[in-house]
Amino acid sequence: MTKNKREPLIHITKRVNIPIWFPLVVHAAALLLALLACAVLTLVMTGENPLSLLNSIINGSFGSSRKIWVMLQNTAMLLCVSLAVTPAFRMRFWNIGAEGQTLIACLASAACMILLRDVLPNWAIIVCMAAASMLAGAVWGLIPAVFKAKWGTNETLFTLMMNYIATQLVAFFCVVWESPKGSGQIGIINQRTELGWLPVIGGQRYLLNVIVVGLICVAMHFYLRYSKHGFEISVVGESVKTAHYVGIKVEKVIIRTMLLSGAVCGIAGFLLVGSTNHTLTTTLVNGRGFTAVMVSWLAKFSPFWMIMISMLLVVLERGAGEISTKFGLNQSYSDMLTGIILFFIIGSEFFIMYRVHFRKPGDKEGKLNV
Amino acid sequence: MENSNSAVSLRNITKRFGATTANDHVTLDIRKGEILALLGENGSGKTTLMNMISGIYYPDEGQILINGKETVISSPKDAINLGIGMIHQHFKLVDVLTAAENIELGLGGKLNLKQTAKKIQEICSAYGFEVDPNQKVYDMSVSQKQTVEIVKVLYRGADILILDEPTAVLTPQETEKLFTVLRNMRDSGKAIVIITHKMHEVESISDRVAILRKGQYVGEKMTKDTNAQEMTNMMVGHTVALNIERPEPVSPKPRIEVKDLTVLDEEGIVKLDHVSFTAYSGEILGVAGISGCGQKELLEAIAGLQVTEPGSSISYITDDGQKEELIGKDPLEIQEMGVALSFVPEDRLGMGLVGSMDINDNMMLRSFRHGHTAFTDRKAPHEVAEQVVDELEVATPSLNTPVSRLSGGNVQKILVGREITTAPSVLLTAYAVRGLDINSSYTIYHLINEQKKQGVAVIYVGEDLDVLLELADRILVLCGGKVSGILPGRNAIKSQVGMMMTHMGGTKGDEK
Repeated sequence: MTKNKREPLIHITKRVNIPIWFPLVVHAAALLLALLACAVLTLVMTGENPLSLLNSIINGSFGSSRKIWVMLQNTAMLLCVSLAVTPAFRMRFWNIGAEGQTLIACLASAACMILLRDVLPNWAIIVCMAAASMLAGAVWGLIPAVFKAKWGTNETLFTLMMNYIATQLVAFFCVVWESPKGSGQIGIINQRTELGWLPVIGGQRYLLNVIVVGLICVAMHFYLRYSKHGFEISVVGESVKTAHYVGIKVEKVIIRTMLLSGAVCGIAGFLLVGSTNHTLTTTLVNGRGFTAVMVSWLAKFSPFWMIMISMLLVVLERGAGEISTKFGLNQSYSDMLTGIILFFIIGSEFFIMYRVHFRKPGDKEGKLNV
Repeated sequence: MENSNSAVSLRNITKRFGATTANDHVTLDIRKGEILALLGENGSGKTTLMNMISGIYYPDEGQILINGKETVISSPKDAINLGIGMIHQHFKLVDVLTAAENIELGLGGKLNLKQTAKKIQEICSAYGFEVDPNQKVYDMSVSQKQTVEIVKVLYRGADILILDEPTAVLTPQETEKLFTVLRNMRDSGKAIVIITHKMHEVESISDRVAILRKGQYVGEKMTKDTNAQEMTNMMVGHTVALNIERPEPVSPKPRIEVKDLTVLDEEGIVKLDHVSFTAYSGEILGVAGISGCGQKELLEAIAGLQVTEPGSSISYITDDGQKEELIGKDPLEIQEMGVALSFVPEDRLGMGLVGSMDINDNMMLRSFRHGHTAFTDRKAPHEVAEQVVDELEVATPSLNTPVSRLSGGNVQKILVGREITTAPSVLLTAYAVRGLDINSSYTIYHLINEQKKQGVAVIYVGEDLDVLLELADRILVLCGGKVSGILPGRNAIKSQVGMMMTHMGGTKGDEK
């Protein structure tokens, strides 16, 4: 083949038949490159030994049994919210309101703990908390769904704005129920009586959360993959026209799925208040509703991949925090490191979907470059 | 080789997409002053090959010579500069702009629409086109839009024209007009490549045919030295019987009775105007009409997917003569009564199938509600998928391949196959063979005939009049949403049907 100067240098083609292990390898490579970039940056900017940095990252999550449990608890909560947004995402319903759906559920749980403490026995309070949180989350999901189904409103904006309403409501009730008076904060609810506190099982405060979320994860997997509802969700997501054609009631599926999404957020809220924190603040959900969007996407909406992705993100976050305290760097530095790592991981998605060929003089075949 | 005459020479062109080889060392000449018909089954690599000439794809191996000089075409812009113009199946025009504006669009320099219009007129008079430079695209018929596309590439100085299935959307009269223009262009020395599946068109328009099979170049023939049978055999690789059987309907009974069906579209424009007819069991009712004359709305109305105006009535008549009104029922209820719609919309995957799902799941679209548990039964659809793939010879790497990765013919086989396995009593099909190669088309005709023999009432919306005349027992001609007439299929004449498609009742003077 005769060569010509104007031949394209870079050639991008879409991959076909991607093997299952391939995304894992690419993500792992991206993570390594990201850590390398972090190491170089740290070396240049602070002069610290990159290896000790890596050590601190790992130490942040695995350094002690307490740290491991905190990491597992954070992973479970992030996973729970990620699982909640996934059915909606598979339906191409861009629910970015998980933050609000979870927070309003936290409010419902806290309300039950405060308002029912003198009325009902402990077990009844817990049942009410669970029911009320799931209901609150579901209602927060239902409102945008109804508007989308009936009038075709934009669900992204709608769910986003519902977040602010939830935050404002919580801020209001924080003042109503403030304790001690004048502090503007709720503090630990029922600290003395522990009414509405979820039981500690196996001597581990966080074990219950991990088990509950694990069960939800398995259930969600089967629901999405093997149930009739799950199939309807996929069809609506891929083509509304086809859904009509095979007699699926699209409005019903949208509403039903968002009820489910909201209810699972509700469970997350219930666990956050009833088991983890026993308090209510406007920042209780801590951005998980948004991080969950990324987890769900990176895992390609597969519940089991989400376990790994959410754990990875939590480990990175805690590792970055550890670095900033240990080396006396401020919080912004750990944010930078997290940003670099996410950039590499998200960027690597491109190499999973596409193949890049570089043509070099003398090369007959394009070369694979990851 | 007579290089002096070659406009484009392809030498050992190979193009791979992942594991599939779309073109395998193809060597082919496109000559000046000649119309070349490029033939091949679906997925044989015709469009891929032409896309490489027009700069959309870049070949993995091989050389392209333009006017005898080796050339690199790395973008559509390169192709335009080399005088290569491709007219795609889907038009790429901006609706709200005029013909002249569309033609000028994308060209640099100062906008001088007057001059553009003048140049357009020159091109038109040279080859016999009719284009009003100031007409807006949204006011144009499909054939006018196509004309604008052709003028657009000529305006850019193309002297090598590639047309991908240009007649799929045209009436017989419009096709004839197009062919006249193409002949004029050939006579002025342009090189023309036409991709089509309609054999009688190949015979009437082309000088030479080149045949691809499974990405490989099989051979070429001068059109005058060959015939449809031989070309088909070369395309398919074995002998194919080229006749459509038409058994007499056995004891036809009224099955679907449509009365005064009126449908308005979203903008309130009348798409169907008091349409009335009866479809019988064991009979194929062909529906003819230029595209957009209400065929789609007619089938969708029967299937319960279309909002109808008050006064419309569609009844389903059971074997013992009981009538049941279909209007007001939802699509699911209508399906359960045995009305199957294997509607093939313009974008092929749009309605009947989900592109990203695999064959199993697409089969499941119809049956996923079966069973009393909350979970889907995956075994039954899998068996249906195996059966369809096996019986209709669907070419697919596996049952787990997303259907969007399959070629058009295979996609259609899956759709029609699935609809037939639901054992319908009414089969509605639209453009069932659009874009299908001859072998697959005959498979589909055969399938439809099998349904007819089993007593199914078939309503067949087709675009190839020759086929419609061979296949249908009766032909209903639509013209602007009205029934222009119903003819017996056995002695209908093509030109008469063609006239009825454009003028109510087939006579002139009834124009609006």
